[in-house]
Parts: sequence; structure tokens; C-alpha cells
Amino acid sequence: MTILDLRLQEIHDQLQKKELTVSQLIHASLERIKEVDDRLNAFLTVDAERALQRAEELDRHAAEKQKGLLFGLPVGIKDNISTKNVKTTCASRMLANYVPIFDATVIKKLFEAQAVMIGKMNMDEFAMGSSNENSAFGIVHNPWDAERVPGGSSGGPAAAVAAREVYFALASDTGGSIRIPAAYCGVVGLKPSYGLVSRFGLVAYASSLDQIGPITKNVEDAAYLLQVLAGYDPQDSTSVQTDIPDYVSALDGNIDGMTIGVPKEYMGDGISPEVKERVNEALQVLEKLGANIKEVSLPHTESSIAAYYIISSSEASSNLARFDGIRYGTRAEEADNLMDLYKKTRSQGFGPEVKRRIMLGTHSLSSGYYDAYYLKAQKARTLVKQDFDNIFAECDVVIGPTTTSTAFKIGEKTEDVTDMYQEDILTCPVNLAGLPAMSVPCGFDSQGLPVGMQIIGKAFDESTLLKVAHAFEQNTEHHQARPNL
Amino acid sequence: MSELTKEQVEHVAHLARLELSEEEKKAFAKDMASILEFAQQVNTLDDELSRKQVAPMSNVLSIHNVFREDEVHESIPVEEALKNAADHKHQQVKVPSILEDE
Repeated sequence: MTILDLRLQEIHDQLQKKELTVSQLIHASLERIKEVDDRLNAFLTVDAERALQRAEELDRHAAEKQKGLLFGLPVGIKDNISTKNVKTTCASRMLANYVPIFDATVIKKLFEAQAVMIGKMNMDEFAMGSSNENSAFGIVHNPWDAERVPGGSSGGPAAAVAAREVYFALASDTGGSIRIPAAYCGVVGLKPSYGLVSRFGLVAYASSLDQIGPITKNVEDAAYLLQVLAGYDPQDSTSVQTDIPDYVSALDGNIDGMTIGVPKEYMGDGISPEVKERVNEALQVLEKLGANIKEVSLPHTESSIAAYYIISSSEASSNLARFDGIRYGTRAEEADNLMDLYKKTRSQGFGPEVKRRIMLGTHSLSSGYYDAYYLKAQKARTLVKQDFDNIFAECDVVIGPTTTSTAFKIGEKTEDVTDMYQEDILTCPVNLAGLPAMSVPCGFDSQGLPVGMQIIGKAFDESTLLKVAHAFEQNTEHHQARPNL
Repeated sequence: MSELTKEQVEHVAHLARLELSEEEKKAFAKDMASILEFAQQVNTLDDELSRKQVAPMSNVLSIHNVFREDEVHESIPVEEALKNAADHKHQQVKVPSILEDE
């Protein structure tokens, strides 16, 4: 137990009473990174100098009553979120030396809430991957077992939070990139409703699916972080004007009378028996707290994964067209003309998985194939959304596993590319439907690897989601387990 | 599904502005075939889609234009905007010749 394990209120009380300083918190984070990050590779950039400088500034204001909600807390940022004057690489050679000239809206909000940024975190290149094996700067290792993947694409943030290198982290989720690594690393990951959190400054992968959200060690921290992140931003045209409730006060433990839908497709043959056991045990806990469990169906789960890969790759092929070596990013040397420059730059800058998805997307959108792939996938998306609409007419939340198994071995799923795509089967339907969902730790398998329970909510009903997750957490001890490092 | 022909791979790579090595072309012919076979799972929905006349959805939010007032805001200084360009001259980004000599 370190000071980074203390509850947020406790930290703030101690800061107020001058029993603790922000500098101590930041040192604790930096020292932990020094101690364990050689083995994890969760960080791409550690900005110690500026973090310590900021800590000193904040310490001068520690006695003031009016403090930011995240005052003094060390936060890590996934490296696809733009940070002014701090390298933002997307774990790609294409942006290896790219230093943004602006902060993403979420970064501005974190700073306004007086959090301290520690550094930028490893990920699958351009957030494309489910295991963090696609980073151009090395794979991330799972803190529970270094031979296993941490999940992706936000492997760095999840591994770092599990290892207590930071208090919490910001990540992004397009088809499961927050929830899958949260499940594999035994931490809490929340993907907000599409439109709740500004995407301004998030390097776009698939714009109709991407959302930024928190990865934290418990549900309460997720509520605090979401409180700061949520809200309309005129700089994101898909940002929604909606009242932001008090997420923290929703954590009252009362789930009596709630109806929880459990999709039979999420508890079927493709799911590892141990994962199902843990989720069933979790459902029993919730039932004892007064919730009604009801079997429901998401009949398009199987086909949603293909729809997801067509849509996300199509949007990616368009979004990543901006990386042409002209205005920013790496530029290839010795090009004969502009076309040659584009091709050389992109071929040298992108890794194999990014190229594959750009190729799939380009093919899906190309003349003669558009109707067969992209248009059909968009229609499938409508069906996926309708499935959830039907369920939410009679359920408050939907619960199932986050992943089909626990963390797999590094290299185990890289032989056939589509094996890896199957990893997202339980998470990507949520992105297609724009819903909020989170993964919370619900125990371990016989090898000591964490299992994640996924809770899916109605659009913009993060309060209920957090309430259920919190009630579960308060009645179990899974979130207190820590990896031996 | 059989592998894609080398010409098909080259065509898509050109559209995507990628230059592939011979080795990559071989690997992509195989990978693309397996990914496209995977993607064809959406075809299992054909009957349902036509029976229910399902409309495509590009975004979960209702689509509407988002306008703002045409007010002057502070903009990025040119020097800042050029900071990440690989090459620039006279406050402009410098690129190789656009016209091909053929």
C-alpha cells in the first residue's frame, strides 16, 4: 500500500492538513515508474521535470479551500491525446517526433481540475489492436504476468494503473480499447456515451466510434474523473449539449429493484468457463443486493464484429489520409515527386496492422465494393442499436463478461490477423450503438489472472452504470488485489 | 476465399497511397483475403436487411449541421502552425514538385 492507494478524499484531507504534499505524490509516482516500468514498458514519455514543477506550484496553494476536483493527483495520458509541448506519438513511427501545439479539450479540463500530468502512455499504433503488440515502440507487459499481453489498445494506461505508477489514466475506446485492457489488468475502465466527452485533440481513428474515458483502480475514481471530462465542447461537432449530473453522489449503493439483463450470447460456448463462473458469481452478489436478473438476447453479436471492422477501418482509411508527410509527422527522404513522397512517407511511417486496416477500409469504400461492405455494415449497425433499444426498454443495465478469456500469451494471436479481431466481440457492439459501458474487476481465474465484468448502460446514463459498479465493488474485494511486481 | 491477385493488392495500395515491397504484397494478398472473408460475415444478414428494409446508420446521434456565429477568433500564428512541417520556406510548407514530367 502506497500513498497512491489512498482514496481521493483522504489524499485531499491530508493535503489540506499539510500531512502530505503534492510533490510527495508526484515523487511516489515517478519513483514507482523507475522501479517497475523497465518490466512493463507502459510509458513512452515521462515528463518528470514539468510534473515536479507543477507540483511545487500546487503545493503553494495546498491550504486554499477552493481546490480543483483532481488537485495534485498524478495522471497518465494515452499517447493519442494531444498535449501541448509534449510529444504525442500514437505509438507510431509516423509521429515519432511530433510535438502538438495545442492541448486536447480533456487535457485542458484535467489541468483546470489541477491534476498533474506525469507522461504519455504506450498503446497499439493509432489505437489499432487489442493486445498492445502493435506499438512501434515495444509491446507492453501485463503486470500480473509479464509473459502475457495487457490488452489493447490502451495497454499502457491499464498496466500503469494496475502497477500504481499513476493515480489514474486517460485512454480512448473505439471498439473496446479501454475495457479490454482494464479487464486484463484488473482495473476499472469506463467508455462514456458517444458525445459525452469531447474528442477535440484526440488523434482520430474511427470518428463515429471513438470516445475518451478513464482507467482507474476503483469505481469512485472513475466517477471523479468522468465528472471533470464530461460536457459540451463547441470544438467537437459531435459533442452533445446535455446536463451533467453529479456522478459521485450517484454512488449510493442502492440497486434494489433494478433489472439487469444478461445477454445469452455473452454467456455462450465461446466464453471461457472460468470467466463465466466469475461473472455468474458477480451476478449473485448483485441479486443479493436486490437486483433482478433477466436473460436477454443480442442476436447480432456475431455479425457485429465484421460490421465493426468494416466501419472502423473505412473511417480510419479516411482519417489517416492526413498523414502524408506535409504539415506534420515524419517525411520520407528522396522522393521524386509529390505522389512518391506520399507513398514513401506512409509506407515507412505506418506499421503492418495500420496498413492492413487502411487497405481494408480503402477497399470497402472503393468503387464497386461500397454497397457490399460499407453500406451493409452501416445497416448492420442499425440492427445492433435496435437490439440494445429493445433490451433497455425493460432493463436498467446489461451485464456480461468484458472479454471471452483472461489475458493471453504474447504472440499467441498474431499468426492469423482475424483471430485478434475476435477479441473485440463483446465490446465493439457497445461502440456501434454509442452506449456507455465499463469493465470492473470481478475476480481471478485459476492462473491468477484478472477477470473483467462488463456493465453496459443506456445512452447518457453513466450514473446508473457507476452506481451498479460501485455497489458491486463495495460488496466484494476484487479491486483491492494488486499484482506482485 | 482465395488470395487476392497481385494486381488487386497493388490497386488498393495505390488508392491508399501506400508503396508495398514484393514481400508485403505477398503477405497482404493472404491477409486481405482472410480479412475480407471475415468481413463477409455481414452477408449473413442479407435476408433480414432486405426484409426489414433497414436504413444505414453513420452515427448514433441525430445528424444535423453544427454552425457557429461567424466571429473572429484568435488563430494559430503561422510560425507555430509550421513548427511540425518537415520543410518550409517564406512562411509556407515546402513540398516536392507536384507535376510529373511525362
